Amino acid sequence: MGSVGAKEIPQLITPDGRRIDGRLPDELRQLRIVAGPLHRADGSAYVEWGLNKVMAAVYGPREVHPRHLQQNNKAIVQCKYNMAAFSVDERKRPGLDRRSQEISKVIAEAFESVIFVEEFPRTSIDVYIEVLQANAGTRCAGVVAASVALADAGIPMVDLLPSVAVGKVGGKICLDLKKEEDNFGEADLPMALVPQSGRLVLLQMEGHMTRDELSQSLDLGVKGCRSIYEVMRAALREKYSVEPSAATPAAAGVGQ
Amino acid sequence: MSEEVTAEILQTHILELAKQGKRVDGRGLDDIRRVTLEPGYVVTADGSALCRLGDTMVLAGIKLEPGKPFPDTPNAGVLTTNAELIPLSSPMFEPGPPHPRAIEVSRVVDRAIRAAETIDLTKLCVTPGEKCWTCFVDIHVLDHSGNLIDAAFLAAVTALSHAVLPAKRFGLAEADSRLPVEHLPVETTFTRLGDAIVVDPTVEEEAAGQGRLTIATDELGRLVAMQKGLVGAFSPDEVRSMADRALQHGDTLRRQIRAGVTA
Repeated sequence: MGSVGAKEIPQLITPDGRRIDGRLPDELRQLRIVAGPLHRADGSAYVEWGLNKVMAAVYGPREVHPRHLQQNNKAIVQCKYNMAAFSVDERKRPGLDRRSQEISKVIAEAFESVIFVEEFPRTSIDVYIEVLQANAGTRCAGVVAASVALADAGIPMVDLLPSVAVGKVGGKICLDLKKEEDNFGEADLPMALVPQSGRLVLLQMEGHMTRDELSQSLDLGVKGCRSIYEVMRAALREKYSVEPSAATPAAAGVGQ
Repeated sequence: MSEEVTAEILQTHILELAKQGKRVDGRGLDDIRRVTLEPGYVVTADGSALCRLGDTMVLAGIKLEPGKPFPDTPNAGVLTTNAELIPLSSPMFEPGPPHPRAIEVSRVVDRAIRAAETIDLTKLCVTPGEKCWTCFVDIHVLDHSGNLIDAAFLAAVTALSHAVLPAKRFGLAEADSRLPVEHLPVETTFTRLGDAIVVDPTVEEEAAGQGRLTIATDELGRLVAMQKGLVGAFSPDEVRSMADRALQHGDTLRRQIRAGVTA
């Protein structure tokens, strides 16, 4: 929401209802998911989503570091969301900032809601999300990548966690904002869905929208999550399918 | 950061094979793993490259920003190299401040870039003593399967070769220009396995190894930097032999980097 003091607000919605990259309000950016690209991790996934490039790795269940965080009745889920220095226009100083720490916390909590943590007492399940190239929606791309990585690591879960941001752009509710829409739009609402139960385990909002717009945003986000879910499943099927020809390509969406 | 755990039986096997001139992955003692370079991997960077060296994967990104020259070099730009051994890339890496191992990688990469005068830093000076370009080389290790130094260096030097000075964005010139890259150094790392010395060690070979030597060469056939690391020793003759091998490998790798640059 960096619109304060911005000199020029670009026209975000054309008269014929298209967005700056030609998408309709309910269209996703191009999404590509690769399951298991890393060799050292127990599970991993790479996500290219529009101009976002995100890598996730999962280690564990393994010993808890630091030890005092250990829980006798369940595994703990630790998440580190980190942005590469060169992933944004202005170089980001390496290391943890408050934004990354908050995102890491809500993502860890989202996953703890779906992982069968009680099966692995006294262990840690460590989720690492690295944003290599950022173009709005990196936490959602991170959740999608981490989710596929957890499945790739064989961690038992209720379900995968598809995730997407909905926002208000030029007065319209739009799915999956890109950078200019995020910077100059009126609201941003990232969410992550448990498809089996239809419930949200990650939900944030910044900006301003009406009660009706919120309702509309939730419907649009859930719908978006359901199509992302299919791409996530396809990526896992592509890696693990016995008959490779049976797998559908792990890509969907329109636009750039 | 904990140490790599490699089964003793595998370490013994690696050392036994090396005696017969063989390696676990089927390579000869002087074979480098397959190298692929993807320049321009990150569009938000001013230069970038993804390097795959066997299963090892390293991403380097260049960022160029206006800054202030150091008082002792008022006519030169500033070069800063930073390597992150992020916990995503190995079960041994832990979050937190840079481990000495990460510091060694960044300093060994930085040293060869500097010593080879890869970038003409005087061309990065805008106003002497006042304003210059700062060149940040950020190295992100994604998959640590051995020989991080060489992979990091290949990624960094390829990224530099493709980097563009964003002069227009910062209002310093009408148009952007190529980063003034003048030389093309390459680093080659060796590890001792008993009496044998192998190039480009895997993570298991590093664990079984008894000393490591990195040699940087440039396209003029000069040796520009060296670093001996880990516990172990080399004889002067062994060092001479490694220098010859490093020059040969350097030329092969330079051809590959150039192919990517011109492509």
